[in-house]
Amino acid sequence: MTEGHDEHDLQHHNGSSSVHRDRSGTVALHERHHRETGEHPLDHLLRPGRIPHIWCTGCGLGVVLTAYLNGIQKAGVDLDKVAIVSGIGCTGRIAGYINLDSFHTTHGRALPFATGLKLANPELKVSVISGDGDLFAIGGNHLIHAARRNVDMLVLCVNNFNYGMTGGQVAPTTPVTARTQTSPYGCWEHPFNLPYVAAASGAVYVARWTVLHARRLVESVAEAVRHPGFSFIEVISQCPTNFDRPNKGGEGIDLMHFYEKKTVVKNGIDPKEADIGLYTPIVCGKFVDQSKPTYDSCYTNMCTMARGGKK
Amino acid sequence: MSRASDVLSGEHFINGNTASAEGAIAAGCRFFAGYPITPSTEVAERMSRRLPQIGGTFIQMEDELASMCAILGASWGGVKSMTATSGPGFSLMMENFGLGVMTETPSVIVNVMRGGPSTGLPTLAAQADVMQARWGTHGSCDVIALAPSSPQEMFDFTLRAFNLSERYRLPVMVLSDEIVGHMTEKVVIPPAEGIELFDRRKPSEPPSEGYLPFEPGPDLVPPMANAGEGYHMHVTGLTHDERGYPIITAAAQTKLVRRLCEKIRQNSRDIIACTEMETDGAEVVVVSYGISARTSWKAIRAAQRGGVKVGQLKLDTLWPFPEERVRALAGKVRGFVVPELNMGQMVYEVERCAAGQCRTRLVPHPGGETHDPADILAAIREVAA
Amino acid sequence: MKYWREPLDRGRCEVPKGKVTIIDKRCKGCRFCVEFCPRKVLEVSKGFNEKGYHPPEIARPDDCIACGFCELVCPDFAIFVDQQASCPPPAAKAPKTQEVGAH
Ligand SMILES: Cc1ncc(C[n+]2csc(CCOP(=O)(O)OP(=O)(O)O)c2C)c(N)n1
Ligand code: SF4
Ligand code: SF4
Ligand code: SF4
Ligand SMILES: [Mg+2]
Repeated sequence: MTEGHDEHDLQHHNGSSSVHRDRSGTVALHERHHRETGEHPLDHLLRPGRIPHIWCTGCGLGVVLTAYLNGIQKAGVDLDKVAIVSGIGCTGRIAGYINLDSFHTTHGRALPFATGLKLANPELKVSVISGDGDLFAIGGNHLIHAARRNVDMLVLCVNNFNYGMTGGQVAPTTPVTARTQTSPYGCWEHPFNLPYVAAASGAVYVARWTVLHARRLVESVAEAVRHPGFSFIEVISQCPTNFDRPNKGGEGIDLMHFYEKKTVVKNGIDPKEADIGLYTPIVCGKFVDQSKPTYDSCYTNMCTMARGGKK
Repeated sequence: MSRASDVLSGEHFINGNTASAEGAIAAGCRFFAGYPITPSTEVAERMSRRLPQIGGTFIQMEDELASMCAILGASWGGVKSMTATSGPGFSLMMENFGLGVMTETPSVIVNVMRGGPSTGLPTLAAQADVMQARWGTHGSCDVIALAPSSPQEMFDFTLRAFNLSERYRLPVMVLSDEIVGHMTEKVVIPPAEGIELFDRRKPSEPPSEGYLPFEPGPDLVPPMANAGEGYHMHVTGLTHDERGYPIITAAAQTKLVRRLCEKIRQNSRDIIACTEMETDGAEVVVVSYGISARTSWKAIRAAQRGGVKVGQLKLDTLWPFPEERVRALAGKVRGFVVPELNMGQMVYEVERCAAGQCRTRLVPHPGGETHDPADILAAIREVAA
Repeated sequence: MKYWREPLDRGRCEVPKGKVTIIDKRCKGCRFCVEFCPRKVLEVSKGFNEKGYHPPEIARPDDCIACGFCELVCPDFAIFVDQQASCPPPAAKAPKTQEVGAH
């Protein structure tokens, strides 16, 4: 698809893919309910009394939360079996808003916690939702190993190119030349290309979207949750407060327009080609979709062998 | 999930680390996550062989940070879980030991202590992590730590650690050392029916809108639901209220941290365990634990032969510290002798409780070998004099 | 609605209609819903909510096609859309060449 035209396509389905339409029976009930009470159709999935959330005006995290909640419903899984695990950061706060089993762990450690949770109860559908710093700096080692093991889970990484929560410091994703609180002369380190790292580490499903691609993101979440194995979705999101304003990228809405105009969707490309610069065009799409035996299934086979008395 | 046949009842000639693994299995542990480190690795090796045979999960993680987090996750998944480590690995676990305390997650950490600081003495014993166990994670909390001094106690105390962790909802530590971990002795594993197990209390109500995952019972311990049971709970390492919601205020902090400490303090009589030997009428009491408790025996016998009235208070639980007992003894004896394989750690607790009523004499040793019993004997004689 | 090319099944296609609800007090005034509504149904209101933001107002309610994008892109759960009964297919009343933009 050509630059800029994609989002148009996303929005203008002429109503043919309204977010409400394909939900399961229980959700339809909630819908009827909210029509009568004026409640938001996602209110039943938000913890009572927790909205408004802490995120700034124009931040993309609320969009990610909305997309995740729509996606997980669309995946058609038993919501009682869903568990959300987050690390620490603005993104890490997502777990605390979702009215399902949710775990807000320590900085960088969502993945090993999620690994334990999933392996202890393989019935659970585990989603890890955390920030770029959390998953790729302090938690980088856990990420590559979780991907390598192919533990069945979804990892939704919100990349806002900085450490939002601590006030906008340089991150392993900060584009070269970008100014942050700890790169006052511009970032001189080479950033990670997250889908490339995830794919190289063994993730079986790898995609990247911006928060403006909300519809694609919903689809992608639903698809990735159903996909057995380690799925990784990067969501490019703005941090107007700590990253975009200081870098003259503007307010939240300006970044949304940037995503509208400067996104190139290239499904199936080698994620190696999806590097990101400071306000350069962003390549989005589903890059990897393959199958590979999951850790859980391999482990089960090994146990059968162990019980057969083989050493 | 666990069957009686999973418990290897009978008499065995095994080392302490293996006995610890068997104690865990007998307690119902079915999840182990760890990272190899001398001198604790045999625990992981044993678990990697045993757990797949009995429907459990063994996973070697990428480091000890991950191991600690994985066992917390597994515990919320409804499975009793443990890790084992030594020295540097224990340091790496401290951050998420705190997460376990704050989120009230039952689990067990076995630390087979070796000499430090840093990489120190990978293959040789020390007892230098006992204060780290108490204070190693940031913030205020009360902890439970047991100190086995034989392979049999490695079995018994690991099993008990699980019961305590399920009962009081926190990660419980077993502080062993290289010598006890690698010592091979007779270990008697009782028949499965004879083993008393405590499993976490479950919420009495089915899932509902107003469910309060952190509302404590009279013993200050909240019942615990597992993930996937429909309770839709929120669990956070942030200061939180009974709903599990993060609340960043002094009032919420006071309420939560007070309770987390009080649930141990209020129940400390149920938790604390000591073994006393000839303390009645003693003029000197040797306060010791783990391998040093055994080294002390030779010195104690020699002193007794020389006419000194000396007994032993062996600390089976280091934390909570048996304050009342030490205070009571302090009023009766001439002094305490505290041999430890460190430069002085538990001795400060003894001294604090003695509160000047009697002498407290440390017998320090930085580790690498046991004390020379002659040094302990000299200290006993000095205090008795 | 104007089409640059007449869809072949236009006579059979129902055009959905939406009813937008705005939860004023939740809005943080980011304007995502206003600027990305494909039918320009919404505008920034002059009034303030209790947090001091200008929530959107429904300027052209009849133009809403219930695409749901405003609901999806709102970071604050402050706006949602219900699909109302669709406009009947134009073919039922008229031949397919007839102008049907005025629902
Ligand atoms: C061990 C540890 N180190 C540092 C911090 C401080 N800290 C909190 S959030 C954060 C960075 C979060 O960045 P990211 O994961 O990108 O999330 P964002 O806020 O940008 O969504 C840091 C460094 C911490 N909580 N724990
Ligand atoms: S600091 Fe940045 S990431 Fe955090 S809520 Fe504000 S805009 Fe969002
Ligand atoms: S549903 Fe679509 S057309 Fe209607 S107001 Fe929202 S964005 Fe606009
Ligand atoms: S998208 Fe939501 S928060 Fe933003 S202006 Fe619209 S209603 Fe308000
Ligand atoms: Mg970030």
